[in-house]
Parts: sequence; C-alpha cells; structure tokens
Amino acid sequence: MARKKKKVPEINASSQADIAFLLLIFFLTATTMSVNKGLARRLPPPVPADQKTEDLKVKERNVFVVLINSENQLMVQGEFMEVPELKDAAKKFILNVNDDPNLPEKVPVDIDFFGTVMLTKDHVISLQNDRGTSYAKYIEVQNELVAAYNELRNELSMSKWGMAYEDLNEDQQKAVQKYYPQKISEAEPKNYGGNK
Amino acid sequence: MGRFRDDASKKEMPAISTASLPDVVFMLLFFFMTMTSLKEVEYKVKITPPQATELQELEKKHLVRYIYVGEPIDKLQSQYGTEPRIQLDDAFAEVSQIENYIVSERSAMPEADQDLLTVSLKIDKDCKMGVVTDIKQALRRAYALKINYSAVTRPNSNL
Repeated sequence: MARKKKKVPEINASSQADIAFLLLIFFLTATTMSVNKGLARRLPPPVPADQKTEDLKVKERNVFVVLINSENQLMVQGEFMEVPELKDAAKKFILNVNDDPNLPEKVPVDIDFFGTVMLTKDHVISLQNDRGTSYAKYIEVQNELVAAYNELRNELSMSKWGMAYEDLNEDQQKAVQKYYPQKISEAEPKNYGGNK
Repeated sequence: MGRFRDDASKKEMPAISTASLPDVVFMLLFFFMTMTSLKEVEYKVKITPPQATELQELEKKHLVRYIYVGEPIDKLQSQYGTEPRIQLDDAFAEVSQIENYIVSERSAMPEADQDLLTVSLKIDKDCKMGVVTDIKQALRRAYALKINYSAVTRPNSNL
C-alpha cells in the first residue's frame, strides 16, 4: 500500500463525556421543572380616588353572589354550599336552560357560526372574600368558577364541531368566548365575618 | 498459537465502547436545557402553591414579573418572624413598595411590551387573603392588570 501524506492526529474525545456531564449537572441543579402555571386573571382598572363607588345597575337576577367568610365557609346566593357543588350551580346559573325568572335573563346575541342565540349575556358572578379567608380556599373557588366556564365552552365546541375548545382555530375560539364570556367580578375589598 | 495470556485464558470480555456516551449525555443535557427554567431568584420565603385544575401556562418569560408571599424561610425566621412576608426580586418588601417596583420594571421594558406585562403571584396556600387583597389593590393602582395566580396541577382525583 502506498503511504498517504501525513495523517492528522485524531483529537482525543474521551473528555467530551466529562464536559457534557458537567454541563448536565449544572442544569440539573440550577433549574426547576417548569412550574410556571397558574390561574390567569385580569384585575379591574383602579377606581379614581375622587370618584364615588356607585353601584352599577345590575338586575338582581343577573348576579350570582359567592361569598367566602373568614372561616373559609362558602355562601352562594344566600345559601351555604360546599366547594364541589359550586361548579354545577354556576353552570346552571350561566345556562338558565328553562328561562327561569330567578336566573339571569336571556337576550338575543348575534355570534359568528352560531347565528342569533338567546344567552344570559348580562350575568355576573360576583366573588367576595374576607381578609381572613385563606388563599388556598380562594384559589379553590376561583378554580371552580373558571372550570364552570371551561366546561361550558368545551361542551359547546364539542356539540358544534366535535372538537375540544383548545383545538379550535382562533375565530372559533373567539365565537365560543363570545358565547360564554367569562364574567367573574371581584368586589372592592370589605370585611366579612366580623373578625379583627 | 501462543496468543492467549494466562489470566484471560477463557473468554475475554470485549471492552464496551464508550464512544457514544457523550452523545447520550448530550441528549440528556439538551432535554434538561429545554425542559427547565432557571430559578428566577433565591427564595427568602417558603411557598407551597395551592392546587388547581384550570391552569394556564405562563409564556414569554421576559414579560413576567414575580411577587412572592409566604413565611420567611427557617433560617430567617429569628430575624423576620413567622408572619407572611412579601418578596420582590431578592429582598423583602412592603406592600407600599410594589407599586414603585412594577412601575420601574415596566419602564425598563421595551415600549411595545409594556402593556403585556404579567405579574405572577406566587403565594403560599396558607396565607390569608388580607395580604393578597392589599397586593391586588397595589397592582391595580400600578395598572398591572394581567395577573396569574401561581398554582400546581391537582391530581385528577376527587378533592
């Protein structure tokens, strides 16, 4: 065999594993698995200091009052309730299937894909809590209310398109959002439950 | 044929090639690099997030600022007590400082992003709503209206 010119000496790659391990260990210790999840909410804009807080004229039948006192007890529409029941109560309120005069009134709304439908457009879920309420309870209740909306949206998109709400395209999602707008209002803070 | 050495007279185990080891490790490395997020700050408060099911992922980290609330960690309890405290960046803070903090953080962001600022509230589940309400009011005054209550996924059993 004829000899080739000169072979370039091969670089020793045995330490590459060590370098990679070093980096790996650095990332393992310096990181937290992505726990950046949470309940996204939007706060109302601040009330100007000079403006008197006037009560908005909302018909009583359109308001779903949820109170949590300092003992973490839940009162919904004037009745004592446990958290697991809240979701269904909220759904019933938002839907108002039988046009019950005690539940929010239905008004015709024009929505893409759906045409004109009768919806409880003006309903409001009013959430009030005490300063002594525990944060865990508050999140639990918020979660149930959001879950009520999410379930309604999912049911709607399932019956209309046979797909989960998350899989819809943007326009469809917008239509569904308009069908069931999330209306959770938090009252200006007050003290309930008479502690402190 | 005098090929065999004495000690390996039976069968010699061929050495396993470790040439692909770096590749395997790199694969792991890339997995962890993409799956994880660097710790934002060193916690000075203990936070056990509440559990929930309807969670949304926080995207676009550069638009997110964090507020931590909880009991001071054990090491600092002799100094700061056990009442829940607020932590902004690396230091304890009072409610009154939140407004300034948000305003200054926002003005440091590019103008196009300023409206998209999201505040993630990492609050211990045993806190009382009083301090949370105070923070919310401060955020409203600072016009940081997009918030996110940090929580972990609840295992899908019944409560």
